[in-house]
Amino acid sequence: MILGEIDVTQVTLMVNGTLHKENVFDYMLLADFIREKLKLTGTHVGCDTSQCGACVIHIDGISVKSCTMLAVQADGCNITTIEGLADGDVLHPMQQAFHENHGLQCGFCTPGMIMSAIELIDGKPDISEAEIRQGLEGNLCRCTGYQNIVKSVQEAAKVERS
Amino acid sequence: MYSFNYLKPVSIEDAADLLSESDEHKVISGGMTLIPTLKQRLARVEHLIGLEKCGLNEIKLDGELLKIGAMTTHAEVSESDIVVMENPAIAELASHIGDRQVRNRGTIGGSLANNDPSACYPAAILGLGGIIHTTKRDIKAEEFFVDLFETALEEDEIITAVSLPKPDAAAYEKFPNPASRYAMVGVFVAKFNSEIRVAVTGAGEEGVFRCSEIETALLKAFSSESLSDITISADGLMSDIHAEADYRAHLIVEMAKRAVTKSARR
Repeated sequence: MILGEIDVTQVTLMVNGTLHKENVFDYMLLADFIREKLKLTGTHVGCDTSQCGACVIHIDGISVKSCTMLAVQADGCNITTIEGLADGDVLHPMQQAFHENHGLQCGFCTPGMIMSAIELIDGKPDISEAEIRQGLEGNLCRCTGYQNIVKSVQEAAKVERS
Repeated sequence: MYSFNYLKPVSIEDAADLLSESDEHKVISGGMTLIPTLKQRLARVEHLIGLEKCGLNEIKLDGELLKIGAMTTHAEVSESDIVVMENPAIAELASHIGDRQVRNRGTIGGSLANNDPSACYPAAILGLGGIIHTTKRDIKAEEFFVDLFETALEEDEIITAVSLPKPDAAAYEKFPNPASRYAMVGVFVAKFNSEIRVAVTGAGEEGVFRCSEIETALLKAFSSESLSDITISADGLMSDIHAEADYRAHLIVEMAKRAVTKSARR
């Protein structure tokens, strides 16, 4: 298809509290939009086949895999990426818990893990280990064997409880 | 991905009109199958017609039937008070589709229209004897699922909702592929006043099907013990690197037993 025939659509999104108006090709993936247009490279693309969860972000408070959504589909939405969690130098409680419990090794899966885990423990301060393992089934880690990731999420849930 | 344009009609009537304009157009719901397919260039479209502005995500009681809008996500179905009260087997089934992020985007209408031979919802809709509402007509579950990835939907027909009767008891049990989490075999068992319905997904060479041997056995006594001497023929079942047909045949009976036991606990 000739490039000239392809629509460019203006999308307006709130990303980490900042309003962005950008022109995108309709077939641009949301993950590519976040990384290449907005230069927010904390959102990772691991498998690019909706399995690994490294690209998980929040759209209107709900976790989604941004490699399996189009930027035009997020028009008008409120997006939070890993960069939007910390308050200056003060880490988000989930980030702090990963830091303190060594919930990562190479760190590639960590942004997605943290975004998924925040939604997972929301309103569930007494979440069990089994529920955490089940709830993170859409996020793959090839380093840690998950032990310290689960521990981190449990610790963050405790912070939520207190 | 090949290039395409994305359209956002604001009513389902407009969406159906756009769809009828060209067979190069395709409807997208949650996109959990279609977007990966487009990314792999296994599909090519001129226009994608997004249904996100068309509503269609209401869950309500319609007389005796539970009516779920086509755009309702798996997460919404699994957490809906109405579904949990009226048809808990559906809520539980929805809570185990894919992973959390897939459940946040994937929809019941999209799953049914795709008719993946390993998808969970087709077993529930056929098992309950549901009705699929479209922009043109109402289709019985028996007539809807035609073959692998093939349904009775016409090229320019869009699912709007699905209606499900309330069973006396029902449950779904699946044996997930350890990697993909898709059902290697999934069995939905539903007990009604004078009828037992058992639908199997993940196993049939032509997609979801009803299993009359198990239905007949359960009609005598609705108990997992009624299935202890049942064997299912492997004819017509899928064989692949994950499971041979005779293993799937074995799993059908096993999953049916577990589903019957689970349904009795509710």
